[in-house]
Amino acid sequence: MMLYQTSQLTDRSYDAIRCKMRSLTTTSLILGAMIGLSACVQVSAPDKPIVINLNINIKQEVVYRLDGDAKDLINEEADIF
Amino acid sequence: MIKYTKKSRALALIGGLVLTAVVAAPVMAQRDPAYAAARAAGKIGEKPDGYLGFVTAPSPAIKALVEDINIKRKAAYTRKAQETNSTVEQFAFTSGCNLIMRTVPGEKYQTPSGTWNTRDSSDPVRDSRCP
Repeated sequence: MMLYQTSQLTDRSYDAIRCKMRSLTTTSLILGAMIGLSACVQVSAPDKPIVINLNINIKQEVVYRLDGDAKDLINEEADIF
Repeated sequence: MIKYTKKSRALALIGGLVLTAVVAAPVMAQRDPAYAAARAAGKIGEKPDGYLGFVTAPSPAIKALVEDINIKRKAAYTRKAQETNSTVEQFAFTSGCNLIMRTVPGEKYQTPSGTWNTRDSSDPVRDSRCP
């Protein structure tokens, strides 16, 4: 379309181009809609089980702080450990 | 003379009872023989959460024994958690780190992934947060 020089165009050929452009716009709209519809996001279930770590509330620093007390308890109540 | 003998006998009996109680006290703090046997046989093992678990399907007697110990453990963890201003889970987990470390070769322990391992002479597989 860029090959046409606007100054050289007659009213008729100008109309023809406009018509062509309109049909092209319509076609691209339909095409776009079709692509848009077909390009749905596919979500598939993972094949591996989802593991949720429930121990996230236990921090290493806490474990280090409690270590001595835990050792004491195990020695004090040896019958249940 | 007879009276004295009777008295001394009675005293000896009391003394014997006291001695038995003193000797028996540390024995009471040891593991129940059935519990020790189940551990040694690998029927039960230590879990990372600080409680005992079943490696194989337990007999009713072993099931009751383990449940009783776990209840007592939870009570002890709860008391210590309050003393140390921590949660029961945190204290139990820290104890679990120690209990798995203290297993002797042949005993079972659970790895962080959930599988049961038999303790050997090498260090046990424990959670990365264990000291």
